Amino acid sequence: MEEPEQYAVANRQLTEPAVQQEAPTEPGAFVSPGESVFETKNVSIYYGSFRAVTDVSLSIHEHEITAFIGPSGCGKTTVLRTLNRMNDLVVGARVEGDVHYRGASLYAKDVSPIAVRRRIGMVFQKPNPFPKSIYDNAAYGPRINGERSKAKLDEIVERSLRQAALWDEVKDRLNKSALGLSGGQQQRLCIARTLSVEPDVVLMDEPCSALDPIATGAIEDLMQEIKSKYTIVIVTHNMQQATRVSDRTAFFSVLINEKSDTRTGVLVEYDRTAKLFQDPRDGRTKAYVTGRMG
Amino acid sequence: MSILTKADPAGPAGSARALSERRPLGDRGFQILALAAGLLVLLILVLIAVSTSQQASSWFSTEGLKIFSSSWDPAANKFGALPFIYGTAITAVIALVMAVPVSVGIALLLNEVVPYRWSRPIVYVIDLLAVVPSVVWGLWGILVFAPWIQHIYGSIGSGVNGIPVLGNLFGTPTSGASFFTAGIILAFMITPIVTSLSREVIATVPAIDREGAYALGATRWEMIRGAVWPHSQGGVVGAVLLGLGRAMGETIAAALVIGSSPTITSHLFAPGYNMPSVIANEFGEASGVFRAGLMGLGVLLFAFTIIINVVARAVVERSARRQRGA
Amino acid sequence: MAVSAGRQIVDLREPPSWRRTKNRIMTVLMVLAFVLVMVPLGFVLYTVIAKGASIISWQFLTGSIPPNVLPANVGGMGPAVVGTLEITALATVMAVPLGVLGAVYLNEYGGNKLLAKVIGFMSDVMTGVPSIVMGLFIFSIWVLHFGYSGLAGALALGCLMLPIVIRSTYEMLRLVPDSLREGSYALGASKARVTVTIVLPAAIGGIVSGALLAVARAAGETAPLLFTILTVTTVNRNVFSGANTSLPSQIFANASSPYVGAQARGWGAALTLIAIAFILMIVARFVTARFARYQR
Repeated sequence: MEEPEQYAVANRQLTEPAVQQEAPTEPGAFVSPGESVFETKNVSIYYGSFRAVTDVSLSIHEHEITAFIGPSGCGKTTVLRTLNRMNDLVVGARVEGDVHYRGASLYAKDVSPIAVRRRIGMVFQKPNPFPKSIYDNAAYGPRINGERSKAKLDEIVERSLRQAALWDEVKDRLNKSALGLSGGQQQRLCIARTLSVEPDVVLMDEPCSALDPIATGAIEDLMQEIKSKYTIVIVTHNMQQATRVSDRTAFFSVLINEKSDTRTGVLVEYDRTAKLFQDPRDGRTKAYVTGRMG
Repeated sequence: MSILTKADPAGPAGSARALSERRPLGDRGFQILALAAGLLVLLILVLIAVSTSQQASSWFSTEGLKIFSSSWDPAANKFGALPFIYGTAITAVIALVMAVPVSVGIALLLNEVVPYRWSRPIVYVIDLLAVVPSVVWGLWGILVFAPWIQHIYGSIGSGVNGIPVLGNLFGTPTSGASFFTAGIILAFMITPIVTSLSREVIATVPAIDREGAYALGATRWEMIRGAVWPHSQGGVVGAVLLGLGRAMGETIAAALVIGSSPTITSHLFAPGYNMPSVIANEFGEASGVFRAGLMGLGVLLFAFTIIINVVARAVVERSARRQRGA
Repeated sequence: MAVSAGRQIVDLREPPSWRRTKNRIMTVLMVLAFVLVMVPLGFVLYTVIAKGASIISWQFLTGSIPPNVLPANVGGMGPAVVGTLEITALATVMAVPLGVLGAVYLNEYGGNKLLAKVIGFMSDVMTGVPSIVMGLFIFSIWVLHFGYSGLAGALALGCLMLPIVIRSTYEMLRLVPDSLREGSYALGASKARVTVTIVLPAAIGGIVSGALLAVARAAGETAPLLFTILTVTTVNRNVFSGANTSLPSQIFANASSPYVGAQARGWGAALTLIAIAFILMIVARFVTARFARYQR
């Protein structure tokens, strides 16, 4: 009996979708529901029989940077990976509820995860460049999509590296191994790699957590620059980062089930960043953003 | 128009269509190919059992249960396998008795005694031991080792003649090419595999257990007895079984130095025979039931080694699992 | 033990005891074990080099095999060298790709499925099947229908190599970090593409090194060839038909010969064989050191 009640509390919080509440607080910031890129409704994610995340409903809007924040273990990365079907790679992972990408259900029977991931790219927490040359890293995406012409590949590689603000640093050593780059450069290379296939959305899972402050700043600038062409969702445990870069923020928290000694992630609040941080509606959000929790 | 068109937000229908590409044909094909390669292993094992048994069927049917009789005399149409089973067992036991203490000793030496820098050259030597082909062991064995050791056998033999147990084991007749020589050569050959597997097993003993023993003021040997040995017992048993399987099946070296005499005798210094050796030496000229008999020995050899290997691997698995659980 | 006026200094020297002696004895025994192993190895290598070096020459490596009775300086082991090279090469070409694919199945596709566990287990068991059984197997299933040939010998060697390549490749694939696979998946690659373009290239150093060791093992094997190539003394450049010979086969034949000349040629062949195996081993180590990206 206890279990449903806990979840019900969270539900009550979410019956008023953030979108509705939205009197434009900044000029030109009004976004109509039709421009949402992702719509999730009552999404729960299971690993086997363990419910890792419960009842997440939110919309991601085009050309915005949306941040997922929250304490460790609250499921923000799990939710992120649901958006490009990377959870498929985990044995026993299961998604319930609706995840719609531009109106099409992501988890419908005949949907190909490969096609999904070509449109929704991902940058990981620890930079993971392939043990190949810088050029081959940036050219990998186009190559597996069938691009053969060297001229075209050169063009794509240069464009992606420029977009990732890495071109000037590596243009003279494109044939050198990517593993010789610094951490920050490697992460920008991974971003360039993700951009090389011209996705619609870029998901970022704590992209700066393994980097020093200067590299972090470079990547945050990068995010602002490419925002006009892509939609970005970023998971971060750094609240200052969320306030610096994001337009909207979703705060996740953990529900502790004492009986089964499990922790389940839940979406607590989702709003424009400024509003969420300055005037949060939920007590838990307030506790987190003022530093009393997490 | 770039091959990579940006995902078109063409609305629900468009998106749905775009997301449901067929799974690439190559992807499916590759998976099937990989699975087929894996299944090949099982297929080969089954085919071995079936085809060799079939070839040996005339031996099984003519001899019936007499396949385990102790007289093998092709000229007289007798094809009892016992001398070879005996020989295989004896030479394997001799090999194990010599190889196991040495192999475990080296494994302990490498893991517990020797600092890392010195372990590399020692491992090189063991690898070198492993890379010497069986036939070279046999060549050296029959042309160099056997003539030399014959003298030693001779002295021991005449020395112990008459003493109750020793006389039966080590007394005359003696020959350079004998059970014992084969056992020694086999011991050299199985040492690398028993050593390397024992090393792997001993290396999984957690450092905490070792440190616990040292903290109580134990000497290194006491630490090995108390902390390492209980943990790695099972795995070492598995390694020994693997060595046994190897010793039973090792053909060419044994064929050259075992003496080629299908007799059952307790005299270890006397010439003998074992399963793989007789097959190697006589198959070429055999025919009919003789050949079927040799094939049948092959079937028996296959069955024995499969069973031993399955048990050995299972034992190693179980001890590793217990290790992880602990 | 120093005792100064009024103050006693703690004596931390170890008192002699049976425990320490026992420890020393055990350590000596362990070292002895290693020495015990080095002696015969050294002896064998020394003998092979001493007896074989004098006969090795270009003429030996290319000359034809004379009748056993002829003295050592006549002829050589040419056909056997050719046979070993071509039969081992054919076996490698068959066994290595299949072995790599098998390991790919086990590590990339098999996961926790029962079939994968069974295949992995039986593959290890298969490494313990005696090589002569492989020879009998190919004899029953191939030679009886298609006759003796280098190909038959290669099939037998291939069966021997297959589980070895599977195991060593599997260990290498396991070491490739998942983060690389994820990076490739995230770009929309299919599993086959991830494996072929990212995982295999990342593990290639270790895979090649393991394969080389399997080749070294196969090159030295005699038993599988006994009933499949029907050791002859003439060179056969066609590995697909007709009886053949190899270095191990010749050594086996010459070892039981009473003629000194044949025995000397046997030593020469043994030295050649050991040299080949040795070179392969060294190249394998070199490849590991230079190219194996992920090591335990």
